[in-house]
Amino acid sequence: MVNSVTLRRPFTPDMEGTLCVTGHHLIISSRSENHEELWLLHSNVDSVEKKLSGSGGTLALKCKDFLILYLDIPVAEDCINVASSVLALSNIDDITLRYPFFFRPLFDVIENGWQAFSAETEFNRFKECQEDWRISYVNKDFKVCPTYPHAVFVPKSIEDETIIKAASFRQGGRFPVLSYYHKDSKTVLMRSSQPLSGPSGKRCKEDERLVNSVMGMGKRGFIVDTRAQGVAKMAQSKGGGFELEAHYPQWRRIHQPIERRTAFHDSLIKMIEACNDSSSSMDKWLSKLESSNWLTHVKDIITSSCVVAQSMDKERVSVLVHGSEGMDTTLLVSSLSQIILDHDCRTVTGFEALIEREWIQAGHPFRTRCNKSAYAITKHRQESPVFLLFIDCVWQIWQQFPCSFEFSEKFLLTLFQHAYSSQFGTFLCNNERERMHNKVADRTVSLWSYMNRMEILQDFMNPMYEPNATVIWPSVAPQSLTVWTGLYLRGVINQAPQDEAWQEIYKIREYDKELRSKVNKLRRQLASLEREAISNGVVSPPTPMPAASSGDSADIKGSTAVNSV
Amino acid sequence: MDGLATWLGPGKVSDILAAVKDWDLWRDMIANAYKQVSELKKPSMNDFLNRLEGSGWLKHIAAIIDTSAFIARAISEGISVLVHCSDGWDRTAQTCSLAGIMLDPYYRTMQGFQALIEKEWLAFGHKFTDRCGLLESVEVKETSPVFTQFLECVWQMMQLFPCAFQFNERFLLTIHDHIYSCQFGTFIGNCEKDRLDLRLSERTYSLWGYLSLHSTEYLNPLYKKTYEIKKPVIIPNPSPQTLRYWRGMYNRFESGVHPRESVSDIISAAKDHSVSLEDHVLLLEKRVTQICKLLGKPEEVIQQKLQGHVSMDSIEGYLSGHIGDSPNANSSSSVAARNCHNHKIVPAGTPESAEMGVLTSKGSFDSEAQLESIKGTSRGGSLNHLKSDSESGFDEVSSQLSRSGGVDEITGGGGGVSGGGGSSMPRSPSSDILSVEQLVAELKTVAIGWKSFRNVHSCSCASPFDHYVKKFHCWKCGQVFCVRCIARSIPLPGHYHRRPVPVCKPCYREVRRSPSTEFPLS
Repeated sequence: MVNSVTLRRPFTPDMEGTLCVTGHHLIISSRSENHEELWLLHSNVDSVEKKLSGSGGTLALKCKDFLILYLDIPVAEDCINVASSVLALSNIDDITLRYPFFFRPLFDVIENGWQAFSAETEFNRFKECQEDWRISYVNKDFKVCPTYPHAVFVPKSIEDETIIKAASFRQGGRFPVLSYYHKDSKTVLMRSSQPLSGPSGKRCKEDERLVNSVMGMGKRGFIVDTRAQGVAKMAQSKGGGFELEAHYPQWRRIHQPIERRTAFHDSLIKMIEACNDSSSSMDKWLSKLESSNWLTHVKDIITSSCVVAQSMDKERVSVLVHGSEGMDTTLLVSSLSQIILDHDCRTVTGFEALIEREWIQAGHPFRTRCNKSAYAITKHRQESPVFLLFIDCVWQIWQQFPCSFEFSEKFLLTLFQHAYSSQFGTFLCNNERERMHNKVADRTVSLWSYMNRMEILQDFMNPMYEPNATVIWPSVAPQSLTVWTGLYLRGVINQAPQDEAWQEIYKIREYDKELRSKVNKLRRQLASLEREAISNGVVSPPTPMPAASSGDSADIKGSTAVNSV
Repeated sequence: MDGLATWLGPGKVSDILAAVKDWDLWRDMIANAYKQVSELKKPSMNDFLNRLEGSGWLKHIAAIIDTSAFIARAISEGISVLVHCSDGWDRTAQTCSLAGIMLDPYYRTMQGFQALIEKEWLAFGHKFTDRCGLLESVEVKETSPVFTQFLECVWQMMQLFPCAFQFNERFLLTIHDHIYSCQFGTFIGNCEKDRLDLRLSERTYSLWGYLSLHSTEYLNPLYKKTYEIKKPVIIPNPSPQTLRYWRGMYNRFESGVHPRESVSDIISAAKDHSVSLEDHVLLLEKRVTQICKLLGKPEEVIQQKLQGHVSMDSIEGYLSGHIGDSPNANSSSSVAARNCHNHKIVPAGTPESAEMGVLTSKGSFDSEAQLESIKGTSRGGSLNHLKSDSESGFDEVSSQLSRSGGVDEITGGGGGVSGGGGSSMPRSPSSDILSVEQLVAELKTVAIGWKSFRNVHSCSCASPFDHYVKKFHCWKCGQVFCVRCIARSIPLPGHYHRRPVPVCKPCYREVRRSPSTEFPLS
């Protein structure tokens, strides 16, 4: 415990108080009248920098959500101690020691988020294709593919034995599974990892059967490879590769190059550095932004997703997406194309289901990818802001279609924060096997249990939302893609005027809704009064045709009916 | 104190002003800004950023905003400032007017912004003809997008403070367009003397008149008047990250790159809609109270009703009425159908008639009114009359119809007082006599739901809507129209205050014809 520590944050007045480092939190509580407190999870700290000056020192806590907090500590020794303990506590490898395992909710869990999106309920969403597809439990003990969930969707005509053999032909055993069924065009989206064809061009009859069985007679499909052709060729020499057209006659291979995930992390570091340098010149900012390549990644990812969506919706062909490992860029493309195609994915629950299905269940390694963020350079290079890129791309589409998403910008921000540091267990592990092993579902609370309560959800609603059932085609022109100010620049540019604007929008929309219901109520009142008045003879009944009054009531009804739509 | 201040001020300012590049160089900037957009068909992200940086455009915008912010800060701290550059009509005008916008909320209103342009640009002698190259004789080196830069600076401020400005992006774009269009005399000439010599005020129209006529298009729905008191001075953040590329200006005609849904337009529609419903609620409350009084209901019951509590008996009444009425409802619709039929026979083949036919089938009241009027006309033996009128135009139709209403009154005297077509009602001074037709007419003139802008790609007149065009709602039918199809305003019977509100042409016709517009509200 350290006394009289000053906390400095962007766009909030400085706060002086007592600093306390607990097992999971760094707490600063002021002793002034408006008892303010800041609780910072150690797991949110990306890096700690200390600068000693005179007798005291300053700690810069750089958080994984890109905010930087400064702590002025009067005694140098305290400063060093706090720095080393925060550093140690923010780098705990054993996940069972992390906060989610100790967090007890202060709210009643009404709907358990761990059971909200089971494979079975999700499969029911694809009712229309249940003639051709089934749930397979071939992976129930995670032996076929350690990163897949226990239940996956596979073609009905393929037996589990075939799948086991096909899995051995795919990297990490990630055999092709159903990701999404597009009702409008009756096409499917599948994802997998790269085939292990190797330099000699090996083939696997079972894999071919599995992939080709999706096609009816005379139909065609696209295999979208998220690597450039050269990269895919290179992978061949290392035992990976791609599907040879001769063995998959109904499929055409398209390369939609997206950088490898290792490049994403460097991009993020560069971009955040550029964003935080608020005193630089305009030229420097633009050139740094350019050299970070972040927006290029965003553009590439959205472009690839549009290609997939277009193939499915416009050209009516089924698509198989894969990169190399099938758990990073593959998921980016498969999930984003669903955002474009399916309006359900643009609702709050639909989006949660999408994240659960395409990221958490699909085995995106959150633990390793989100271990560190923009302020840390690590040895293993397993970290990569893949999920952040997904959220960023969704935001880009969101700001092009601000009325087609049920959730607000804040919802996306919150999801991003929880992916990196959270009191909930949702994003804690790499895959379902790990979650089972650590009994995460029993020992931690799901983020969805917290978020899906009315009082919390209200905050995440987009006041502009008008359900839009159509496919939305985002623009990928560079003029349309921008740096997400509300996330990367909120430490540099005050977001208060923007929040104010959204509050105003919310007020206007709510008022409008209220008036609408009031008018409907009053109209109904009036209609009944009218009838009463006519029967009492105080109001002249409609002449010359008695039918008129009834026509009126039908009218009033009609108008109310219209409005309730 | 004052003396020192004036010494300090200009010294610092001129230092910073030195950083603002000479306008010669700016000339190429806008060309560059356009080039980077138009040249590359499918530019990569890095190409785009590279060219943006290379053009140096945003750098200059940043410099202007910086200098203006410096001036504004100095003045808000009580230091007087004298600003000058070489000629005093380019950079000086930019920085002074921008500082004015930062300091004074008045300049952030539509009127104030116009006053600012008059004061700091037109009266100050910014050479619009030269800088904008309005004449071919203007030397190329004299042209420079100084004013465009100013507009962009204002736009950048609007991005940072979305609730502080009364006008929107479209307002800036319209002003920008008309500087070059020379449709109005406002920006012609290099100084006031030129404008006097050319007698522009007599010979041309002013842009400000046009803008105020179309002011509904330019309002920022998020504008908060409270800024005037709570936060009169807004000074933007100097970091380069705050500035954005203004695609609304430089990519205006590439419809693909803009957001597909405009929050600002939808919100202004929602605001209009609320105004309409607010007024309608007043009227409904009035009517509910009136009927309650007629029925002799106690005050608390009235209050309850106004709150929207539906009492048991009223529900019963509603339901029973509803059930009992349903066959009649059918009959009324058949009346409407018959009516349509009638109509189709009378003025066969004209487009006007088709529209009328559609209208009549919409609701029972107007169909009845029409049936009534048609009866009247037929009784008056003026069937041919109606035909010729509906061919010639709606104004005459309405006059004809009101005349025919008169005929109806004379011939069909039986229905007169109790509201046969309602034509006798306007003359009854007492509001105690309500007719059901009147009530329904009132309800029918206010649309509760307005059509969503989404998926409306063109107006009924076939003119397409793009990103830049504002869509309008007809307050009566709630459909979406372009500005030309909605140019009429008329008070609606369903509104308590009877202020003229925008309606589409068919609705205008209908409301004008409907005699209930003349009902007194007591």
